[in-house]
Amino acid sequence: MSGKKHSAPPVYITKRDGLIWYKSWLIRIVAVLLALVLCSVIIIALTGFNPLQVYSAMVRGSFGTSRKLWTMLQNLAMLLCISLAVTPAFKMRFWNIGAEGQVLVGALATAACMFYLGDSLPQPLMIAIMLVSALAAGVVWAFIPAYFKAKWNTNETLFTLMMNYVAIQLVSFFIALWVPSGSGVMGVINQNSRSGWLPSVFGQRYFINIVVVAIVTAAMFIYLKYSKQGYEISVVGESENTARYIGIDVKKVILRTMAISGAVCGLAGFLLVSGTNHTVTTNTAGGMGFTAIMVSWLGKFNAAIMILTSFIIVFLQRGAGEIATKFNLNQSVADILTGIILFFIIGCEFFVNYKINLRHKEGK
Amino acid sequence: MLSTILSFISAAIIQGIPLLYGAVGEIITEKSGNLNLGIPGIMYIGGISGIVGGFIYEHSTSSPNAALCILIPLLSCLVCSAFMALIYSFLTVTLRANQNVTGLALTTFGVGVGNFFGGSLKSFFGESGSISLLTTGNYYKTKLPFAGSLGAFGDAFLSFGFLAYLAIIIAIVASLVINKTRVGLNLRAVGENPATADAAGINVTKYKYVATCAGGAIAGLGGLYFVMDYIAGAWTNDGFGDRGWLAIAIVIFALWRPNLSVLCSFIFGGLYIICTYIPGLSSASKELIKMLPYVVTIIVLVVISARKRRENQPPAHLGLSYFREER
Repeated sequence: MSGKKHSAPPVYITKRDGLIWYKSWLIRIVAVLLALVLCSVIIIALTGFNPLQVYSAMVRGSFGTSRKLWTMLQNLAMLLCISLAVTPAFKMRFWNIGAEGQVLVGALATAACMFYLGDSLPQPLMIAIMLVSALAAGVVWAFIPAYFKAKWNTNETLFTLMMNYVAIQLVSFFIALWVPSGSGVMGVINQNSRSGWLPSVFGQRYFINIVVVAIVTAAMFIYLKYSKQGYEISVVGESENTARYIGIDVKKVILRTMAISGAVCGLAGFLLVSGTNHTVTTNTAGGMGFTAIMVSWLGKFNAAIMILTSFIIVFLQRGAGEIATKFNLNQSVADILTGIILFFIIGCEFFVNYKINLRHKEGK
Repeated sequence: MLSTILSFISAAIIQGIPLLYGAVGEIITEKSGNLNLGIPGIMYIGGISGIVGGFIYEHSTSSPNAALCILIPLLSCLVCSAFMALIYSFLTVTLRANQNVTGLALTTFGVGVGNFFGGSLKSFFGESGSISLLTTGNYYKTKLPFAGSLGAFGDAFLSFGFLAYLAIIIAIVASLVINKTRVGLNLRAVGENPATADAAGINVTKYKYVATCAGGAIAGLGGLYFVMDYIAGAWTNDGFGDRGWLAIAIVIFALWRPNLSVLCSFIFGGLYIICTYIPGLSSASKELIKMLPYVVTIIVLVVISARKRRENQPPAHLGLSYFREER
C-alpha cells in the first residue's frame, strides 16, 4: 500500500433489532409532516394560496357532505380490496404488479355477462354468474405469470406488467366489438332493467361494496396471520431454500397464492362494474392496481394497517381533487402531492429499520 | 405501394425514437441492478421540462436564437430527468427502499408534474389556450440539409430532426461502453453480483447512482423528442400515453442490449401504428393489433427464461437492493 491514509467514514449504519412501536410511528408521522411542509412550500410557490386554506379544503373534499363521505368510503374500499389482493403475493416476494390487469379482466368478464345475458335471468342467478366469471378471469390472468415463474423462474415483475397492457387492449377490443358506433365508449349497461346491478342497501349504492371489502379485509388478515397457508407464504417469502428444506412445495405455494391474489382482484373488478360504474372502460381500474402496490408495501403487508395507508392515499386524492376545482388548478396536483408524500414515507422506512451511528474518534 | 411502405418505415422510425431513448436509458439503469419503473414518469418530466424551458425562453426574447432554442430545452430536460433518477437512486440505494414501490411512486409523481405544468403553464403567465412553441419545435424538426435531394430514400431514412440520430448514436455508444470497456465490465458486475463487485474494489454505490442518473437523463430525451419534434412544441395531457411502459417492454425484447434495442424500437414503433396502414380493418381488430407488442414481449420473456442461455438473461441482481452489511 502507498502512504495514503484511509480513514473510516464518520458515520456507520447498523440494522435495528426492532424499534418499539410508538417510536417507529413517530418517525413515520414526522416524515408525513415534513412532506406536508414541502407540499406547502410548493403550493405557495406555484399558486400563492395559503396552504392552510388548501389543506382545510382537502378535508372538506373527503368529509364535507355525506355524499362525499360515501364516495370517499367507496374509493377507500376499492383501493383496499386491490391492495389486499396483491398482499399475499408480495409477502411471498412475488412482485405482482399486474393487479391493474387482473382487476380489468375481472371487470370485463362482469360486463360481458351483463352485456350478453341482459335481463334474461333472475337477478340472484345473474349476479352469481357474474361473480364467478369475474373471479375466474382474475385467477386466469394471475395464474399465467405464476405458472411460468414456478416452471422456469420467469421474471414476474416484467411479466405481470406486460399482462396489464394486454388486458387494457382486450378491454378496448371488446368495447369496439360491443359499441357499433365506433365511439369507443361503453355506456351504462342495462340502464333500464338494472339487471346485474348490485342493489342499494339503506339507500346507499355503495353499501354492499363496502361490506364485502370489510369481510375480505378480515378474512385476509386471518388467512395471512393464523392459517397454515399464510405461514407457508411468509416462509417462502423469507427464504425459498428454508421453505424447501422444511418440506414446503414452493411451486404449489406460488401457484395457489397467485390464484388467490387474482381472485381478489377479479372480485374488485366485479364490484367496480356491478356495484359502482355499471360499465367498463380501459380506465376502470384507474391506476389503482399500481397505487395498491404502494398501499400494501406501506402497510407492511398487514391488512389492518393497510386500512390506514389506503385511507391516507384516498384522502389525499379526494382532497387534491377538491382543491383543484376550488382553486382552479389542474387535477394532476393530486398526483404531485401523493408522489411527494410517498417519497417521504418510502424514505422514512430506512430510519425505522436502520440506526445511524456516529463513529467516535479513536484515540491513538 | 412502394411509397406507402416507405412512409410506413419513416413513421415507424418516428414512433420508435422516444421508445429507443426510454429503452436505452432503462437498459443502462437495469445493468446496474436497478429496475427503475419510474421511467414512464421520467419521460413525462423530460418532455415538460423541455417545454417549460423553451416557453420561458420564447417569452423572454422577441427574436429567439436557434442555438439557445435548442440548448435551453435540452439542458433543462437533461437536468430535470437526471434529478428524478437521483431521487430514485437516493431512495433505493442510500435509503435502501423497495425498487418497485419507489419506481411506481416516481411515475405517479412524474406524470402528475407533466400534466400539471402542461395544463396550467400558460395560466401562470396570464394567458389562455394550449401551449404551442412553434419556433422551438421548428428548430428541433430541422432536417439534414441534403435529405430532400435524395428522393424517396431520403424521405424514409434521413428526414428526421437531430434528436432521432442522437438516439441511435447514444444506443451504439452505450452498447460499446457496456460491452467493450472496463467501466462497462464493472457496471455489469454490479448488476450481476454486487457483493463480488464490492469485494473486487468496485464502488457499487457510485456505479448505481451514475448509471441510474445517466439512464434517467437519456430516457428524458425521449420525452423531449416527443414534445418538440413529434408534436412540434406542443403539449397534450397524457398525450405521451403508455410509451414509457412500451420502452420497458423493449428492454426485454432487446435482451438488455442497447444496439439491438435500435431495431426493436423501430419494430415496436411500427407495431404501434401498423393498424392505420392496413386497409379495411375493423376498429376491434385494430385494438388486437395494438396488443401485439406486449404479447410478443411476454413470449420473449418466457422463451429466454426457458432456454436459460446465460447471455440472454436479465441482470441477476435486478430489482434487489444491495446492503454490504446483510451478506
